[in-house]
Amino acid sequence: MSQMPQPTALSRCPSCEEPLEAGDRFCGACGYDLSAVPAPPQDHPTIAMNGSSTRPSEAAASLDWPLAPEPASSDTPAPVHRATDIRGTDSGGSELPHPDTESTAAQQPGDHPAGVQPSGAQPSGGQPSGAQPSGGQPSGVRFDRPPEPDEYPLAPPAGAPAEPVVDPRTADLGAPVTPPAGTKLCVACRSGHVDSDGYCENCGHAQPRERDHMEQELGAVAAVSDRGLRHHRNEDAFAISSTALPDGSPAVVAIVCDGVSSATRPDEASLAASRAAGEALLAALPLGTHPQQAMHEAILAASEAVNSLAEAPPAHEEHAPHQNAPACTLVGAVVTPALLIVGWVGDSRAYWVPVDRSSPPARLTEDDSWAAQMVAAGLMSEAQAYADERAHAITGWLGADAYELEPHTASFKPDRPGVVVVCTDGLWNYAEAAEEMAEVVPLDAAERPLHSAQVLVGHALDGGGHDNVTVAVVPFPAPPQGAGSA
Amino acid sequence: MANFSKSNVPQFSVDVYQNEYLPEGGREVNAIVTVSATGGGTVGSAVGAPHLYAAGQSPDAAVAIMVDCSGSMDYPPTKMRGAREATAAAIDTLRDGVRFAVIGGTHVAKEVYPGNGRLAVADAATRGQAKEALRRLSAGGGTAIGTWLRLADRLLSSAEVSIRHGILLTDGRNEHESPQDLKAALDSCAGRFTCDARGVGTDWEVKEVTGIASALLGTADIVADPAALSADFTQMMETAMGKEVADVALRLWTPVGTEIKFVKQVAPTVEELTDRRTEAGPRAGDYPTGSWGDESRDYHVCVEVPSAGVGQEMLAARVSLVVPQGDGGVHNLGAQGLVKAVWTDDMVASTRINSQVAHYTGQAELAQVIQQGLDLRKSGDVDGATAKLGRAVQLASASGNADTAKLLAKVVDVVDAAAGTVRLKARVEEADEMTLETRSTKTVRVKK
Repeated sequence: MSQMPQPTALSRCPSCEEPLEAGDRFCGACGYDLSAVPAPPQDHPTIAMNGSSTRPSEAAASLDWPLAPEPASSDTPAPVHRATDIRGTDSGGSELPHPDTESTAAQQPGDHPAGVQPSGAQPSGGQPSGAQPSGGQPSGVRFDRPPEPDEYPLAPPAGAPAEPVVDPRTADLGAPVTPPAGTKLCVACRSGHVDSDGYCENCGHAQPRERDHMEQELGAVAAVSDRGLRHHRNEDAFAISSTALPDGSPAVVAIVCDGVSSATRPDEASLAASRAAGEALLAALPLGTHPQQAMHEAILAASEAVNSLAEAPPAHEEHAPHQNAPACTLVGAVVTPALLIVGWVGDSRAYWVPVDRSSPPARLTEDDSWAAQMVAAGLMSEAQAYADERAHAITGWLGADAYELEPHTASFKPDRPGVVVVCTDGLWNYAEAAEEMAEVVPLDAAERPLHSAQVLVGHALDGGGHDNVTVAVVPFPAPPQGAGSA
Repeated sequence: MANFSKSNVPQFSVDVYQNEYLPEGGREVNAIVTVSATGGGTVGSAVGAPHLYAAGQSPDAAVAIMVDCSGSMDYPPTKMRGAREATAAAIDTLRDGVRFAVIGGTHVAKEVYPGNGRLAVADAATRGQAKEALRRLSAGGGTAIGTWLRLADRLLSSAEVSIRHGILLTDGRNEHESPQDLKAALDSCAGRFTCDARGVGTDWEVKEVTGIASALLGTADIVADPAALSADFTQMMETAMGKEVADVALRLWTPVGTEIKFVKQVAPTVEELTDRRTEAGPRAGDYPTGSWGDESRDYHVCVEVPSAGVGQEMLAARVSLVVPQGDGGVHNLGAQGLVKAVWTDDMVASTRINSQVAHYTGQAELAQVIQQGLDLRKSGDVDGATAKLGRAVQLASASGNADTAKLLAKVVDVVDAAAGTVRLKARVEEADEMTLETRSTKTVRVKK
């Protein structure tokens, strides 16, 4: 399994699961002192030995993480690494006494740590993953391993990173386990352990879920989705991918879906829709289908996928007195070297923000919403309409109970480079007008789409984060082949 | 002949009905927990309840029938005759192999059959002997129900069985021992056997009979007409014979900082369980539910959780079912349900009341206002009684509790059921009032 890149040490705060930035010394969310943190257990082969903890399932889940991305450039070190490969230093910068020194022979102490990818060199491919910031590998994170082995007693890794990793369940059963390795402490009370249902056995609080925060970067396109600050789960979903048209020119696809909260299982709806639309486009574009036609069909495919959820038995029972069919909105963008296609149903949006900010930005979609209808009918001004509490009532959605599905698509031929911001209302509530959106999009958005998506999500969270926030940033024109091949 | 070997154990399931959404600052979480036991006898699919009938062994149950033989049973003599016939009918309903005894109760308890501190094993011969012994039953003496229960406990505990059940019939007040004596007897018997209690005629005290049934996790009812006793005893015994798992406890785990406001059974009858908790490890407690056959019961659990911010989610309670084992441990029946709390600023979500919770809140209030109304009526407070019973009529009508509505209509003249407007009847049959009081805790399930 060595070909599967394990996430680097501390991709998330060990206390509150907040994704970390490279170089963080303290968690940005809870202030946890990262220098006091030993290596996270999921990267260690000894973890799964203790059957009494929840860690084994996590360890197993980690095997589903994306396949190893090919190095985008020759100067990128092999992405295979473990937490122990990253050399910690004490606060004075000198090297720590390290029990695993011999296992990291592949790296010289002075080398660039294997887990640290220069932020410019991104993996060029990958599967949608959970909350794994693929661009923000922590580098320079300090974590002192306590000399006494009572936090996470770990056996040395079974071999050099390039060698196959020994099955964690069979590795070194003799290692001491006090406290049980893999014991996960509750992020809310910090004292209880987490039970198999994902709740703290002490204070009962639900633990962060995989979908609470998701990031993905794929060549030229990146997307970030966050639960926000006021909702208990993330009902948004996204799918990004890139492919090639028959003539060999690249095509980049981003789909963003927002589950309708008043329906049942909105999280499943958004996931199904984004996946179905993404897959439909990936299938149609290389065959030479016109991107606008392909987008239209992708929305129909997404609609089918959501409709079929209504018939499927619920994954988990919800005893709502009235069960609405699962439903979600959808907005998607396809970018090729010459064309920009958007398609949508509902009130998720796409914005055009040119690289040269002296030219005007634009909103590319027209909401299927009460407010938009009011404005379109001339009954209210935009400000009045959006101030109304009914503003967000949507008039079009994907789902079995949609009256009549009207996929909207539009095709643009921008005459200058820019980025397409594909987002849910969790973002545009905080930057409604195209000019406002352009204000918050970083100037280097085309070069650093993941960073830009993070900034945009951060903008929504700073504004209050009242809804789930999902943003995909797609540069136009699609960069030449090589930088983005799926 | 019925063969009750091994796997006759039901599958237990737990379903939770609740609105888990709380407004900002909300703390009270209500849930209806439906526990169902189904498929007793399904071979090989048991969830793992301890099996009761080992292969080749007889049914693993013992029953004691306690018949009131106090002097008042002869006034009118139909009561004694009715009791004798009913007991005979109950004995005929015993399955072969079930241990049983008949106790005659006065101010002391006497073994009527088989005697000598033993239990008989049901078969054609013992059933005949027992019915023969019933003829010797005669009325005379006082009433001290506590002594009957203690004798029943002694007899039932002499057998190595899982299901121990009593059937108690009385026609009068417990006059020959103090309420404390009865209470002490109930305390010592609680958890050792279950007991159904019946009052025959109208000279008995409703609260005594319902109190016995409640303490011993059985049913209570009135049999105003002695002629109806046989059918009732047959039905009670059939139910007892259908029990397959004894001593099931509802185990409630709650997180730190939560307070359990109440736990009550709400279907088939309202039964307060809050104070009957026994601690079961950290943050967990067990509430007794008695023995189970193929049946379904609903429980209303209300917990107060520490307030958390909007967007937070927590587990407010975890409900499971356990059966205590001889070695002090427990056998978990596997089924469990989660009661959750999710804080939201969506007012539509947080203000919605779960239909099950609303329904059973109404049913519990119905039982309560009937009690209060009848108490007020007895104490002569006509206005108070009218108001309470009017509310009862309104609740019974709105929730579709037709049986209770019918009983209420015998005590009050209903002017407008929907508005709860009633007039107290000038004359009410004592039997009707006692029937209403005894059956006030009967609930109906949510209309589908």
